[in-house]
Amino acid sequence: MMMHGPPMGGRPGAMRRGAGMGPGRMAAMPAERSKDLGATLRQLLARLRPEWPMIATVALLASASVAFNVIGPKIIGNATNVIFDGVIGKQLPAGMTKDQVIALLRARGQGQLADVLTSTNAVPGVGIDFTALTHVLAVAVAVYVLASVLQWLQAYLMAGVAQRTVYRMRQDVESKLARLPLRYFDSHPHGDLLSRVTNDVDNVTTTLQQGMSQLLTSVLTVVGVLAMMLWISPLLAAISLVTIPLSLVVTIVIARRSQPQFVAQWARTGELNGHVEGMHAGHALVQVFGYTDRAVATFGQQNEELYEASFRAQFLSGIIQPAMQLLTNVNYVGVAVVGGYRVATGTMSLGDVQAFIQYSRQFSMPITQIASQMNLLQSGLASAERVFEFLAAGEVTPDEVAAELTEPPGRVQFQDVSFRYERDKPLIADFDLDVRRGETVAIVGPTGAGKTTIVNLLMRFYEIDGGRILLDGVDTRDLARETVRRSFGMVLQDTWLFAGTIRDNIAYGKAGATEDEIVAAARAAHADPFIRALPDGYDAILDEEASNISSGEKQLLTIARAFLADPPILILDEATSNVDTRTEVLIQQAMARLRHGRTSFVIAHRLSTIRNADEIVVMDAGRIVEQGTHAELLARQGFYCDLYASQFAEEVGSEAAVATAS
Amino acid sequence: MLLTLLRRHLPHYTLQVGIVLVLLLVQSIANLYLPNLNAEIINNGVATGDTAYIVRTGSLMLAVTLVLALVAVATAYMASRVAQGVGRDLRGSLFTRVLSFSAREMDHFGTPSLITRNTNDVQQIQMFLQIGLMLLVSAPIMAIGGVIMALHEDVHLSLLLVVIVPLMAAVVAVLLSQAVPLFRVMQVRLDRVTQVLREQIMGVRVIRAFVRVEPEAERFERANADLTGTALRVNRIFAAAFPMLMGIMNLSTVAVLYFGGRLVDSGDMPIGNLTAFLMYIMQILMAVLMAVGMVIFVPRAEASAERIADVLDTVPAVTDPARPREPTGATGAVTFRDVTFGYPHGDRPVLQDVTFELRPGETMAVIGGTGSGKSTLVKLVTRAFDVSGGVLEVDGLDVREQSRERLWSRLGLVPQQAYLFQGTVADNLRFGRADASEAELWHALEVAQASDFVAAMPGALDAPIDQGGTNVSGGQRQRLAIARALVKRPDIYLFDDCFSALDATTDARLRAALRADTAGAAVLIVAQRVSTILHADRIVVLDEGRIVGLGPHAELMRTCEPYREIVESQLGEAAAA
Repeated sequence: MMMHGPPMGGRPGAMRRGAGMGPGRMAAMPAERSKDLGATLRQLLARLRPEWPMIATVALLASASVAFNVIGPKIIGNATNVIFDGVIGKQLPAGMTKDQVIALLRARGQGQLADVLTSTNAVPGVGIDFTALTHVLAVAVAVYVLASVLQWLQAYLMAGVAQRTVYRMRQDVESKLARLPLRYFDSHPHGDLLSRVTNDVDNVTTTLQQGMSQLLTSVLTVVGVLAMMLWISPLLAAISLVTIPLSLVVTIVIARRSQPQFVAQWARTGELNGHVEGMHAGHALVQVFGYTDRAVATFGQQNEELYEASFRAQFLSGIIQPAMQLLTNVNYVGVAVVGGYRVATGTMSLGDVQAFIQYSRQFSMPITQIASQMNLLQSGLASAERVFEFLAAGEVTPDEVAAELTEPPGRVQFQDVSFRYERDKPLIADFDLDVRRGETVAIVGPTGAGKTTIVNLLMRFYEIDGGRILLDGVDTRDLARETVRRSFGMVLQDTWLFAGTIRDNIAYGKAGATEDEIVAAARAAHADPFIRALPDGYDAILDEEASNISSGEKQLLTIARAFLADPPILILDEATSNVDTRTEVLIQQAMARLRHGRTSFVIAHRLSTIRNADEIVVMDAGRIVEQGTHAELLARQGFYCDLYASQFAEEVGSEAAVATAS
Repeated sequence: MLLTLLRRHLPHYTLQVGIVLVLLLVQSIANLYLPNLNAEIINNGVATGDTAYIVRTGSLMLAVTLVLALVAVATAYMASRVAQGVGRDLRGSLFTRVLSFSAREMDHFGTPSLITRNTNDVQQIQMFLQIGLMLLVSAPIMAIGGVIMALHEDVHLSLLLVVIVPLMAAVVAVLLSQAVPLFRVMQVRLDRVTQVLREQIMGVRVIRAFVRVEPEAERFERANADLTGTALRVNRIFAAAFPMLMGIMNLSTVAVLYFGGRLVDSGDMPIGNLTAFLMYIMQILMAVLMAVGMVIFVPRAEASAERIADVLDTVPAVTDPARPREPTGATGAVTFRDVTFGYPHGDRPVLQDVTFELRPGETMAVIGGTGSGKSTLVKLVTRAFDVSGGVLEVDGLDVREQSRERLWSRLGLVPQQAYLFQGTVADNLRFGRADASEAELWHALEVAQASDFVAAMPGALDAPIDQGGTNVSGGQRQRLAIARALVKRPDIYLFDDCFSALDATTDARLRAALRADTAGAAVLIVAQRVSTILHADRIVVLDEGRIVGLGPHAELMRTCEPYREIVESQLGEAAAA
């Protein structure tokens, strides 16, 4: 008999919806249907190639195990026959042959009993042949024990195959992430990407672990059982086979009705999630604006709608099981009646009927299992396709290391640099810039002017289309990307912290940093006071969204991280935009210390930084529009002059005001 | 935890659960009756060659089968009602509970986690109940029914059960004790893998900038290997368990035939009963297997139940007083008297001995460094937190003695993060006052310097706003959030650093318009930009949680060193000269 195998490997009992993800993941569920089933299947099989010998072994073991399992009921049927023979034989007068008794019975008008007798091996007057029974049952024991042992071996090996395959797939996915160009991350929604590398991989896991082994045994069992049924009685086999198309029709009819309900269920879930997300994210507003009652009313209504939709979906799909059971039972009754009739008429043995009943029960189970496996397989293949799509994405060109830096670099040169994100939108053309050791470059421009583009190019997050960028005279394309990046320390606009302690997050800047170094870096970034005010101080755990500290504090941590890294060249990307001015004063002092003797690129918003910069790069709408010193640019009366007037006018104006006031 | 949660929520469905139990009982009886009828066919029909009896009993079996199907459908109906109903109730309880939370609980759980709990975790419970009510409950009924029927067939042979059942129970017990904890571990490790991947995606720039690709790869490989190891162990346990249970079941049938044969031979038992007995044993063992199959749902449901109960059992740190008092008059004054505030386990208090009074018609500004406690001041007024020491009064009455609803009705809040809700512009503006007229909305937009861009939006007031307000710029978001507070027309305004994304010109115009529009109201402005607060009636200067200066700009420039530092840093050295 086939049982529900171990349905696990990925998320236990997982639906195709992962847990533990942020809001809005409902939208990023794995696809339900695959576009090109065949191609994906081939790719998936190709991934299993290292396991082929093992899979062949598993298939062999499974076939043997199924064969033994399938033979079992027939042997048990034989045992029943031995008993039945004894029961009948005992009722008959001893000393006569079977044929004599049959003739006698017919003569007495007991034709029906005579019919029964013809299909038995009963010996008149002799009871159950216990030697024969023991012999038959010993064979049954051997067969069953073998079947179980083989099944265990098979499942044991299969678990290894599935888990190793998935392990490799996860490793491939992760190393792929490291080889993808930044362009890929910037042009694909993170939610979708995350869903591919987590939900979809998990889904493939479940399919492999649960699907392959069960599908194999299910198919083998169906074949084996069918063979046995046909062998024992083609007529009864025909009865059983009628129920197969019937069950298919029933499943399809019900599934067709429940499908729209499932769609409705997920649509309602999405709506409700949206409401919950809004009300929780704007929690303080909901309270202070007295919106609570309205929020609850809306929620109540949506919740009720979701309840109705999901009830209908669950109920309709819940009917499938009873319907299948009904068919199984009808089949069972059919076999029992027709089989009983055939035994009574002497054309079949009782043991065979009994075996057949078992077979017909065994038959329907793997079929329903195959149906559900097909569902699983389909969804698994759809996920596999998304994973393979991801794995096939273009990678960064490998490093062609032609040069090394002999000492920490200080000079950065842009020579005729041109760059564009999209083919038909040139952004930077013929850009020249020469920054000598220790100089500061301010990059200014209105919001969205593309100031981070410079960072992308400096760090080789993106490759330039023309010209050269030189570090101490060496073309950065001749250096390993790692060498280039090690030369820079940066504090990005979007602060990024990982789940872990504050200490670990700061230590990210330098492998093997000591406690003293970490605290010193935190002090330098003026993060130390707030860290100490936190519960657990440096051991405080940042949660996944780091929602337990403020944005200004996050920024301080990333600054501390940069301090610890101690790089020769600095990139400060609006580093202090979320930090209030008083703290910024302190940071700026520390930064000045840090910047001493170092080349710095500052995406600047502060007048003081800009005025003191050795060179100012002015950007607008993604392009570099002007460059020069503060005085030069003002004298030019161009874009910078306007920008300066509009952005910093008030500060300049208030300088006068304050001067008057004091 | 799962049981506690169910005990709390299932009683509303006592009737439905009762019906499910009755239906399952009927199902089991019908299921157990079938082998009995089969036995009779063999005993009275087959053995005697009575084909008419066979057909008659066969028809009865068919009828039983039909009843069985109808009952099963009814069970599915009721089980779905209960499972989905409990889910609905849990969602409702969670939602209303979270709405009553203060900032402390919100910070503790985090918004994303609260959303996950209301959705995914509730779904896990629903799935568990749905399957549980249909399978888990019927398993013991089938098992017990099978035992009873087996006894009914033959007492002697039933002694076999004394061996088989404990044997199976032992296998199951070992399986559960091994697998369930492993399942839990596996879930944790799976979450870890997801977390590392998520961080690698979100933090790709930082990882590459700090050349941490390799350490990250090692971190992931560890997480992956851990997960694979655990998954392998779980799967291997099941790989052994199922063949073992199957083996026990199959060997049982052999034993039944071996011992049953003797009983049949001695005439103590008809041969048909032997077949029936085999069916019953099969049924008992199937029930056990079914229950084992359910086991995999338990740890997940358990974990989800724990996460749900965590929320439901959390008592908000801030609650309404048992007997709320009404202030004698709605003066609109906000008074801090020796207010101290600290987080539990925090090294030092965030605010210490803060005393000042904000009078109606007065605009007061708060400035200070990060961590100086500026925003905390606002959060204390809204009772997002309660003071640890001292007294905070609104309208001349301690906020802790008022009902929160009453307190909130007095306040207009513009938070640091300008959050807009999904809906139209008008929906957002009417957030605090549902019956505001269109003219009032436009007026508020004028004051907030938002009327131009709203008028330019397709649909104007009916223009759609995305969740959070992500489809408008940061500056527009801040202005809409300000307009939203203005529509409410409160007597006390709290502006928590909400002018930061505005350019200087807009900022100046907005403040001028605000001054006129909020005349008579008490206004508290938290800001970082000196220019924003320069013209406030009085300025509170906070440093590390203490007030180090309080007075108008000109006075502070003379008397308050930290204030002068701030002004200098922003406006340049020249300003201080």
